[in-house]
Amino acid sequence: MTMIDVRGLTKRYGLDTVVDDLSFTVEAGQVTGFLGPNGAGKSTTMKMILGLAAPTGGSVTVGGRRYRDLPVPLTEVGALLDAGALHAGRKARDHLLALAAGNGLPRRRVDEVLARTGLDSVAHRRAGGFSLGMRQRLGIAAALLGDPRVLIFDEPVNGLDPEGIRWIRDFMRSLAREGRAVLVSSHLMNEMAQTADHLVVIGRGRLIADTGVDEFLRGRGEGTVLVRTPEPAEFALRLTATGATVREGPDSSLVVTGLASEEIGKLAAYHGTVLGELTPQRPSLEDAFMELTQDSVEYHGVTA
Amino acid sequence: MSARVVFFGHALHAEWVKLRSPRSTWYTLACLFGVGIGITVLATGRAGEVYGSASAAERLAWDPTGRSLTAYLVAQLVIGVLGTLVVTSEYATGLVRTSLAVTPRRHRLLAAKVVVAAVVAVVAGQVLMFACFLLGQGLFASQDVPHARLGDPGVLSAVVGGGLYLAAIAVLAIGLGTIMRATAGALTTLVGIVFLVPALAGLFPSWFQGLLDFWPSQGAAAVFATVPDPAYPHPWLNLGGMCLGIAVVLAAAFVVFHRRDV
Repeated sequence: MTMIDVRGLTKRYGLDTVVDDLSFTVEAGQVTGFLGPNGAGKSTTMKMILGLAAPTGGSVTVGGRRYRDLPVPLTEVGALLDAGALHAGRKARDHLLALAAGNGLPRRRVDEVLARTGLDSVAHRRAGGFSLGMRQRLGIAAALLGDPRVLIFDEPVNGLDPEGIRWIRDFMRSLAREGRAVLVSSHLMNEMAQTADHLVVIGRGRLIADTGVDEFLRGRGEGTVLVRTPEPAEFALRLTATGATVREGPDSSLVVTGLASEEIGKLAAYHGTVLGELTPQRPSLEDAFMELTQDSVEYHGVTA
Repeated sequence: MSARVVFFGHALHAEWVKLRSPRSTWYTLACLFGVGIGITVLATGRAGEVYGSASAAERLAWDPTGRSLTAYLVAQLVIGVLGTLVVTSEYATGLVRTSLAVTPRRHRLLAAKVVVAAVVAVVAGQVLMFACFLLGQGLFASQDVPHARLGDPGVLSAVVGGGLYLAAIAVLAIGLGTIMRATAGALTTLVGIVFLVPALAGLFPSWFQGLLDFWPSQGAAAVFATVPDPAYPHPWLNLGGMCLGIAVVLAAAFVVFHRRDV
C-alpha cells in the first residue's frame, strides 16, 4: 500500500533548485532507503512531506492527505529529523508527555515507547546529559508515540557507534515487519544495503533511481570474479582467449569480467590449472552509487 | 482511548507541559521576583531621608504607590525573557519542527504558546506588583512617610494595571521572538524598545513624539502613578494604546510564522 506519495515535488530557494520535479512512493511493510550525497535535497524533501517547508511546485501526501490535514498527525506519521532537537533542561519523560498531550495521546503511550526504546531507566533525567545514542532513541520514542503507520528518519545512524547503528538497523527492520512504511535517508550506501528493501536515489534534487536494492545492484554492470592461481600470467592468457576481460587484482590475483565463476572453474579444470581462490564479487552499492551520482554531487574533490 | 480529532485544548496542554518542565522557566520566575523585591527595597528603603529633605512641591507630588512599583522598569525585561524563550528556545534547538509535526496548524501552535505564556505572565505580573506594593508601603509606614492603602483612590487601578503592563510586555517579547527566531536578537530589540527609545526620546521627530505617549516605560507607564500626570490624564488609554501596538507586532508574528519554512 502506498503510504507516502511524492509527485513532481519541486523546491526553489531563489535561483537555487534544491528539489527538482521529484516523484516516488513509499510503500507499507518495507524500509525505503532515501539515498543521495550531502546537499542532494533529502532533508528538504522530508521537510516538505511533514509540511515544514512549502513546496514551490508539486504535491506530497501521506495516506492520501496533506500532512497538515491529518486529524491526529502523530497517529499517522512519526518522524525523527534531528536527534538534537531537545530542550536540554527538560526531562525525557516530560519531552514525550508534551508531544503526547499535543495530540491527546494517553500517558501510558509515553511509558510504552520509553520501554520499547530502552529508555525507562533514564526517563527522569534531563535530555541535556544524554549521549547521542540516547538522543536518537528518545527521538525514535517520540516518533513511535502515536503508533503511526508511517515512519520517517533523517540520517538516523549519523555519528553513532557500531552498537547503536546495529540497534537502529534492527529496529527499522522490525518496524517494517510490523507492516509500517519506513523512509530512511542516508548518504551511506552500504548502510542502506543492509537495511533497505527499496531504494530511492536522488542527486541534485532529481530522481536518479527508484528500485529494489537487489535490482539496483544487478542493474549496475556485471559482477567480476576474483581468481588466484600460482600461474596467473598463463591462466590470464587462457581466460582472454575465451573472450573474458582480465585485469590485475591485488596480490597478483586476477579480476575477471565477462565469465561466470562456474565457467572459470571448468576452464581451470580442463587445463589442469591449480586455483587458490575463485570468488564472485558483488558490485558494492557504494560503487554503483558513485557511478550513478558522479555528475550530481555538488562539489568534486580533486584526486591526487 | 486517544483522541480522534485534535483540539486547541490539546495544544494548550502541550504548551503548558513544555513551559513548566524545564528548570529555566522557574529560574526566570525566581529572578523576576528576586529583582522585583530587591529593587522595591532599594527604592523605598531610604524614603524617610528622601521625604525629609524634600521641598513642599515635591511632598505634594509624593506618590507612594508609584514609588513602590518602580521595580517594573527592570521586571519588564525579565518577564520579557520568559516570553521570548517560549518561542526562541524551540528555534535554537530545532524543537519547533517537532512541535509543528505535532500541531501542523501553525496559528494554533503559536496561539497556544501565546495563551499559556500570557496566563503565566498575568499571574506572575499581578503577584509581583501586589507584593511590591505591600512591601513598599510597609517600609514607608515604618519610616513614617505618607503611604497608601489598596482601598485609596486610584491605588488598585495602578497595581492591577502594572501587572497587566508586565504581562503585555511578555506578549510583546513572544511576538519579537517569533519574528526574530533568535533569543539574542529578540532581547536586544526588547531592550531597545523599553530602554533605548525612552532614553533618546528627545531626539525623535515630532510625529514620533505622539507614539511615545503609548510607549513602554513612557506614556504607557503612566498607569503606575496615582498622582495624576497632566501629560497623561487617562493612563489606561495610554496602556491600551501600548496593547494595541503589541497586538500589531503579534499579528505580524502570526503572519510570518504561518508563511516561513522551518
